[in-house]
Amino acid sequence: MDLSDADQGSLAEVKHVILVLSGKGGVGKSTMTTEIALALRHAGKKVGILDVDLCGPSIPRMLCVGRPEVHQCDSGWVPVYVDSSKSLALMSIGFLLENPDDAVVWRGPKKTALIGQFVSDVAWGELDYLLVDTPPGTSDEHLSVVENLRKHKLDGAILVTTPQAVSTGDVRREITFCKKIGLRILGLVENMSGFVCPHCSECSNIFSKGGGEDLAKLTGSPFLGCVPLDPQLSSSVENGKDFIQAFPESATFAAINNIVQAVMTSLEAS
Amino acid sequence: MSDVPSNAPEHCPGTASEQAGKSSACAGCPNQKICASGAPKAPDPAIEEIKEKMVTVKHKILVLSGKGGVGKSTFSTQLAHGLASDVSKEVALLDVDICGPSLPRMLGLEGEQVHQSGSGWSPVYVEDNLSVMSIGFLLSSPDDAVIWRGPKKNGMIKQFLRDVDWGELDYLIVDTPPGTSDEHLSIVQYLSSAGIDGAVIITTPQEVSLQDVRKEIRFCQKVKLPIIGVVENMSGFVCPKCKNTSQIFPPTTGGAEKMCADLSLPFLGRVPLDPRIGRSCDEGRSFLSQEPDSPAAAAYHRIIQSIKDYCSHRSRTHGNAD
Repeated sequence: MDLSDADQGSLAEVKHVILVLSGKGGVGKSTMTTEIALALRHAGKKVGILDVDLCGPSIPRMLCVGRPEVHQCDSGWVPVYVDSSKSLALMSIGFLLENPDDAVVWRGPKKTALIGQFVSDVAWGELDYLLVDTPPGTSDEHLSVVENLRKHKLDGAILVTTPQAVSTGDVRREITFCKKIGLRILGLVENMSGFVCPHCSECSNIFSKGGGEDLAKLTGSPFLGCVPLDPQLSSSVENGKDFIQAFPESATFAAINNIVQAVMTSLEAS
Repeated sequence: MSDVPSNAPEHCPGTASEQAGKSSACAGCPNQKICASGAPKAPDPAIEEIKEKMVTVKHKILVLSGKGGVGKSTFSTQLAHGLASDVSKEVALLDVDICGPSLPRMLGLEGEQVHQSGSGWSPVYVEDNLSVMSIGFLLSSPDDAVIWRGPKKNGMIKQFLRDVDWGELDYLIVDTPPGTSDEHLSIVQYLSSAGIDGAVIITTPQEVSLQDVRKEIRFCQKVKLPIIGVVENMSGFVCPKCKNTSQIFPPTTGGAEKMCADLSLPFLGRVPLDPRIGRSCDEGRSFLSQEPDSPAAAAYHRIIQSIKDYCSHRSRTHGNAD
């Protein structure tokens, strides 16, 4: 319908919107968002990333875009393109700060207002997937982003956890949050799952093992897969390199690719 | 509770903020003049009540990090166990991570409930001289999510400080969530009159983490919170089989030590990645007493000693009266 199209504004030509969530911090939400986006692009999709972690935006560094100026056009803020083919677009609060060390010391209401604008005022254009990277917790940012995306479209959430009980305990609460607000859980990813010593190939479970899969079973959520701790992956995100392009033979690449295939199948079938 | 009125215009900086009545969002607000005059900046009466409550607490330490999952709660737990190993000291841990409380599990207190007594909420005791308060004790099931916006979280923190029967304490350690937002502003504001000894900042070695931690340091400087020092956690992993070290989270920009040198901050030390630390936390046991001879335990002890020294130096120079 023409009318509803007009209402959808800047998200009108975006096919799928996925939130990346975790109750716990530092489990790899931004890393997963980045790698899933790169893998989707690898699969020939047009992808956008919206970074709503106002207090700690990490994606600009992970994609090595530096601190470009954000321009305005008639339909809103123009996202920053990571590549010349414009197949990966990014919008982050990091771009709007004058000094990269500046702390965004904002209470909830101010964050809520900015997120509202972020969601509706970015000129994404045509995208197959928009990934929304969130801060840890179940608070202002999450409520606002869900409320605002709901008006347009929101397919569901990918939840990231690490295997230890301290982390799955927080993610269990995040699952309750999703159920309470009626947000579909596309699946759970267990990140930092085992570390293979590069010297002797011994696998150490630094943060335990299997907690994510157990949590998926316990809560009846789909399990998307495990991603190992891989120094090549952490140094790729540190230096803003495309891990998917650099290490296509690695087990980590295979793990990420499986997750992305599962998400695409589940979304494009429905 | 919050200083942003419910009928405020969008972007309201809050009636008590420095920008009150002056920011662009204030234009057109019927209360702009009142805010600009500074009248509403009169402090929350709770701040004075909290000061009175905190008279019996000698040292207050915040554990902060801009980044999540770097080990704030793990460090807070070890710090508390380490300080409480001196049985003559009374130690308490306060968890202000309202949406992701981890302390109950790390201390083996899951499923414990808080009791009401005449003098307020009684904290939960791990040992005779180590007590804990966390929103985790107020939730009825491990599935319960705390889906609260800022003002409600602030109210909870105020209650934790004012209405908990802390008793006589040598150390109160406050474990915080990641970021620089409501919880952090509130704890600093509510303790402003009582006085905080300082903050211990936790980071991991990578730049992705340091860039968030630099923001937290800015935050401390903005709110005039002294920084006791920075701890680099998850620093190198020694393979238990071949004993070779791997940098799982590589310090590509020099890690915390270089950042401390650049910003002239004390560097408290490095704690290596050790799977036994995570396991002790999952099982709710004290890593320091489980693996007293490990390199990680030695690192913790050195760091805890520096923090003790800082606090005793501070009470000598500031006096214990306040």
